[in-house]
Amino acid sequence: MSKNIKLMQGNEAVAEGAVIAGCDFFAGYPITPSSEVAEILSSKLPKIGKVFLQMEDEIAAMGAILGAALGGAKVITATSGPGMSLKQENIGYASMCEIPCVIVNVMRGGPSTGLPTLPAQGDVMQAKWGTHGDHAVIAITPSSVNESLYETIRAFNLAIKYRTPVIILTDEIIGHMREKVVIPDKSEVEVLDIKLPDVPPEKYNPYNYTSGKVTPLAPMGEGYRYHVTGLIHGETGFPSQKTDVIQNAQNWLIDKIYKNIKDIEKFEEFQTDDADILIVAYGSTSRSSRQAISVARAAGIKVGMFRPITIWPFPEEQISNLSKKIKKVLVVEMNMGQIILEVQRAACGSKVYGLHIVNGEPITPDQIFAKIKEVSEN
Amino acid sequence: MIKTKFNYDYYLRKNTLPHIWCPGCGDGIILKALLRAIHKCGYSKDEVVITSGIGCASRLPGYVDFNTIHTTHGRALTFAIGMKMYKPKLKVITISGDGDALAIGGNHFIHAARRNIDMTLIVFNNYTYGMTGGQFSPTQPLDSFATTTPFGSIEPPFDVCNLAQAAGATWVGRSTSYHAVQLEKFMVDALNHTGFSVLDVITNCHISYGRRNKMKSPVDMIKYQKEKAVPARSAENMSPEELAGRFKTGVLFEAKDRPEFCGEYHKQLELVKTK
Repeated sequence: MSKNIKLMQGNEAVAEGAVIAGCDFFAGYPITPSSEVAEILSSKLPKIGKVFLQMEDEIAAMGAILGAALGGAKVITATSGPGMSLKQENIGYASMCEIPCVIVNVMRGGPSTGLPTLPAQGDVMQAKWGTHGDHAVIAITPSSVNESLYETIRAFNLAIKYRTPVIILTDEIIGHMREKVVIPDKSEVEVLDIKLPDVPPEKYNPYNYTSGKVTPLAPMGEGYRYHVTGLIHGETGFPSQKTDVIQNAQNWLIDKIYKNIKDIEKFEEFQTDDADILIVAYGSTSRSSRQAISVARAAGIKVGMFRPITIWPFPEEQISNLSKKIKKVLVVEMNMGQIILEVQRAACGSKVYGLHIVNGEPITPDQIFAKIKEVSEN
Repeated sequence: MIKTKFNYDYYLRKNTLPHIWCPGCGDGIILKALLRAIHKCGYSKDEVVITSGIGCASRLPGYVDFNTIHTTHGRALTFAIGMKMYKPKLKVITISGDGDALAIGGNHFIHAARRNIDMTLIVFNNYTYGMTGGQFSPTQPLDSFATTTPFGSIEPPFDVCNLAQAAGATWVGRSTSYHAVQLEKFMVDALNHTGFSVLDVITNCHISYGRRNKMKSPVDMIKYQKEKAVPARSAENMSPEELAGRFKTGVLFEAKDRPEFCGEYHKQLELVKTK
């Protein structure tokens, strides 16, 4: 069978992935460099009978997708920089109320208005800690246009399976770059559907903190009447201030992600077997790193790369294991030093170096190779 | 249409009671009127969705046996729009206080009205942020006192109904928690209206507002509602001086000829759908 191959932009690939994943509902607000996701879905979704809404602001867009998700829709929104900051409270609501949703953040330079048309990777810690309170999130960092499509499908599946917001962190480079994409047939990819609970309404509790299993979220309007609140709530959904309920609820929000890390994690190891230096890079920065590695190897320096695809929860175990055999680790990221903090924590056996350039330009293979030489001579 | 005899117990989640509202609060009167109105409209419990924001009034959904969503502060209408657009057959009602609907949620208020989406917003308007202890609200009358206007408010208040009408809502009315029978009737009208309906309900917070404004008991505030309410028809013959410090009640605006957003959207879907 001939493959369906297209040249497309990263933002387009996200939109395409959303459609393949069975997205029912998009709400968004225009913001550079993510607007193409909205523009493309404003045409694609209505043609297949699904809902596209441009809302009055970023907060409304986040609220609207959560409202639709409570009705049983598969939902997504896309934004960038300031828009991501505005969405944070309702992202916390999605965590607290365990509402599946996908949020795309096409990262641009910040803080504030920053660099609307230029890339950065400055929102990685925000993805984890942007909303207040203790919670766990899933965040994914695709590094190519093709991967943007497949990871968007995976994001929908993870959101539904773990009833959690899933953040896709691309950046201006991935979002606007055009590359070859192999568009899968729906039969070739796993797509999770939203299902009714397997218990009758009178036995349904919208939450379960102790069985270790994620209770399905019953679509509203189908006979399962229940209450949703951003207050700490018990398994019935109603608010509670009992100490044991509070602790169980808090534990659950974190455990449901971290106890399933093997299912959620995804990463790529590149030429790590014989490496003396390990690069840790994600998203667009991993692309320049890959080139720098081949230049370094040609120059006789053995460099490999660990590339997190699921960046949250952080792949501590893999980094820790690699650091036992590779004693120098170089973190390359387009921010002033964010993931390097996680790497330092995990790679306690190694010396950790950082290459952090935030000047509106991609980090080049030359810059990375220069740093590799410095690290190798150190 | 439900033919059964009306019974509050049928609609209440009795295990969530007692409610958090203070003795003498008007919110319970509005809740009861809402349950009677929903019953009169004949909706099944499964088809009703109630969203709310944050504040005393916004705790209402927890007490009633529908599909209920207690959302974030000011954002109840955005969740409601998402639900309505995805499941147009559901009856979506939003409960919001004056601060929730008009301060932090003001943008969503005007845009829901502009779209004329088929939902009902009930504003529990007690001129104050009761839950947080009586701070200034955007509907607080001029010269009145709050914990954050200790020298008297110098900010002109919003008129919820004028704002709703100007922004595009197609059913706009006002009543009070004193006028419980009228309130129920207006709720039925608002719920039956196709389009965005806004019902402004003047209610009492004697604890956080009344005590600072010479109305320290619920009775004082109920009297205020009774005396200051002017039926819209009577107001037509009154001078601005006579109307000062008072508010109009009644169905203040109704338009049946304007396109309703959710219906229009789904009509457009039928046109653009690829076969």
